[in-house]
Amino acid sequence: MGQTVAQPTATTPAVPATLPLRAIAPWAVFFGILMLVLLYFVGAEQGATSVFNGTDVHEWVHDARHLLGFPCH
Amino acid sequence: MNSATVRNLLVRGMLAGLAAGVLALLVAYFLGEPDVDKAIAFEHVPAHTHAHEHDTEVFSRSLQSTAGLATGVLVYGVAFGGIAALAYCYALGRVGRLTPRATALLLSGCALLAVYVVPFLKYPANPPSVGEADTIGRRTGLYFLMMLLSVLLAIGATLLGKRLAPRLGTWWATVTAVTAFAAVIGMAYAFLPAVNEVPSHFPATLLWRFRLSALAIQSTLWAGFGLLFGELAERLLDPRPAAARARAVPAAR
Repeated sequence: MGQTVAQPTATTPAVPATLPLRAIAPWAVFFGILMLVLLYFVGAEQGATSVFNGTDVHEWVHDARHLLGFPCH
Repeated sequence: MNSATVRNLLVRGMLAGLAAGVLALLVAYFLGEPDVDKAIAFEHVPAHTHAHEHDTEVFSRSLQSTAGLATGVLVYGVAFGGIAALAYCYALGRVGRLTPRATALLLSGCALLAVYVVPFLKYPANPPSVGEADTIGRRTGLYFLMMLLSVLLAIGATLLGKRLAPRLGTWWATVTAVTAFAAVIGMAYAFLPAVNEVPSHFPATLLWRFRLSALAIQSTLWAGFGLLFGELAERLLDPRPAAARARAVPAAR
């Protein structure tokens, strides 16, 4: 822990350079939405709303939904 | 160049989320599943007439508690790992004089609070047989609303703290921002409708244990993510040659 900061060879400050927002935005839009879709299928599909008919998705992730704190039936 | 850094951090975030998901899965299986089974057993006591889709048995309990549980927890880990990595890209170098590793752990701790603990205190996790089937729409809506509110307010509080820091100093700016966050969340707690659908004879100790297990799963997930992702990010972002930090991380890249 902390050796990277404490190294005597450290000439650069410990604070890393910031990443500009325009470099983050394309990734954030595409992957952010993708990740939210994944969370929707784990947390809510075939509960409050359904994209697919039936209860298979709900039943498959049933235990995870309860233990991860999502409302489930 | 910057875009490549974002991509590299995103990939590492998803991998760290997957690994943290494995840790959380172990906790969920060994700590949480026994409580789930007991709660389901309560559900099937004859006196408790509650028409339920479990009776149809789409998948067996042994599948639900292993492969099904693993799917859910691991996807959850990867998804939040990715989102946290994207938030990290923005937070990096903007939240104060912190190393990449410390930034990751701070972000992870805040995410645990904002994404899980704050909504949990209003709408806690419920085991099977707690919760009425016809209110699922309302309960889901309220839960996601609370989650969204908490995350947005946490981001707002962070920006407020940054704004106040030059005038009040870091300490009092942070105290003010956290107080503002707590005050608004407290109002949300007070004004949003309560949900209490625990059946009258459901064992209190079982409910308590189930909720503690749920907290343990999330704590494991986010602590694991913060430490793993922090290490990966540190190795990626520290521009010094490996020899300079050979003692800390041998054979970094």
